[in-house]
Amino acid sequence: MTRRQLSYRAAAAAVVASLAVSALAQIAPSERRSGYADLSPETKAMQDDDTANPGMLSVLDGEALWNAKAGAVQLACADCHGKAEESMKGVAARYPAFDTARGQPVDLEQRINICRAEHQKTSAYKAEDKDLLALSAYVGRQSRAMPITAGSDERLKPFIAKGEKLFTERQGQLNLSCAQCHDERWGKHLGSSLIPQAHPTGYPIYRLEWQSVGSLQRRLRNCTSGMRAQPFDYGALENVELELFLMVRARGMPLETPAVRP
Amino acid sequence: MARALINVPKTAKRGQIIEIKSLISHIMETGFRRTETGQIIPRNILTELLCTYNGAEIFRATMYPAVAANPFVTFFTVAKESGTIVFKWTGDRGFEQTETASITVEG
Repeated sequence: MTRRQLSYRAAAAAVVASLAVSALAQIAPSERRSGYADLSPETKAMQDDDTANPGMLSVLDGEALWNAKAGAVQLACADCHGKAEESMKGVAARYPAFDTARGQPVDLEQRINICRAEHQKTSAYKAEDKDLLALSAYVGRQSRAMPITAGSDERLKPFIAKGEKLFTERQGQLNLSCAQCHDERWGKHLGSSLIPQAHPTGYPIYRLEWQSVGSLQRRLRNCTSGMRAQPFDYGALENVELELFLMVRARGMPLETPAVRP
Repeated sequence: MARALINVPKTAKRGQIIEIKSLISHIMETGFRRTETGQIIPRNILTELLCTYNGAEIFRATMYPAVAANPFVTFFTVAKESGTIVFKWTGDRGFEQTETASITVEG
C-alpha cells in the first residue's frame, strides 16, 4: 500500500468518525423524553394533581390578574383577549415568536410586558416578578397537553441557528457547551443529579429547589453560572435565541405548564 | 390574602376513609437568611394549621422554619356526616386565613 493510499484511508476513517460523533450529538425524535419521565413518583403526583401542584397557585394569581383592570387606560387583558381558555389556547406552545415591530423574536414574558406598555399604558414588570410569572403560567396553562409548535415562522430561521450555535459552543471557565451535557450525556449524572435532555416543556416551572415559580430564562442563567460562564442578562436576545432553539428542539412534545421539577 | 387550594371529596359514603389535601401560598421566610448587606430577613412563617369538621377538631399541625414555602398538608379522616370542613392557618405578623369545603355523606 502506498503512502498516498494510507492517507486516504486515514481521511476516510476520520470522516466516518466525525459523522458518528454528530449522529451521537443530537437526540433522535424517538429518544426524546421530558424531564417529567425522570421525576420521582412523589413529584409526578404533585405535578399531576391540580390541587397539589404549587404552580397552580401562580396560575390562580394569573387568572385574577388577567381579569383585573390595569394602567392609565384601565384595561384588563380580558377586555381585549376575552376568555383566555379560548384566545390563549396554543399560544405558549408557539413562543418565542417573531415580533415584526422589533424585527426579532420575543418570549412570552416579553410579550406580556410589551402588551402592558403598549396597550395598558403601564410599567413593565421586572424580570421574575411574581405577577409576570403568574400571567405567563396562566397563559401557559391554556396550552397544557398541546404539542410545541415554536419556530415555524420563516423569519425565525437565523435566530434558531444562532440559538443552536449558543447551545453547542463551549463557554465559561469549565469550557463546556450545553450540548455536551444535554445532547451527549443525558441520563448520566452530574454529582448526584440526573442530567435531563433539557426540553423546555413546562415553563414557567415550579422548581422545588427555588421554592417558587421561575422562567426558562432563570433556568438558563442558572445553568450558565453552573458552567462558570457569565449569564446573559434577563431579556437579552441571546437568552431568547436559546429559548427558541430549545423549543424548536422539543417541537411536537406536549406542554406541561405549570410543571414541577426538583 | 394568600392563595389556597383545598381538595376534599364532594361526596363520600358514611364511614369511608377520605383523603384531604391543602396547599397555601406562603413564602415561609426562615428568619435565618440575610440580605446582601448582611441584615437578617425577619422571620415570616405559618405557625399552625387547624382543621375542624363540623366544629370538632380533626387535625392540627404546628409548623417551624424548616417547612418549605407553600406548605402542602395532606391527611386522612373518616367521613361521618355531611357538613363543612374548615381550614385555619395562623402565622407570623398576625397572619390568619380561613377556607372552607363542604362534604355530603351518603348512606
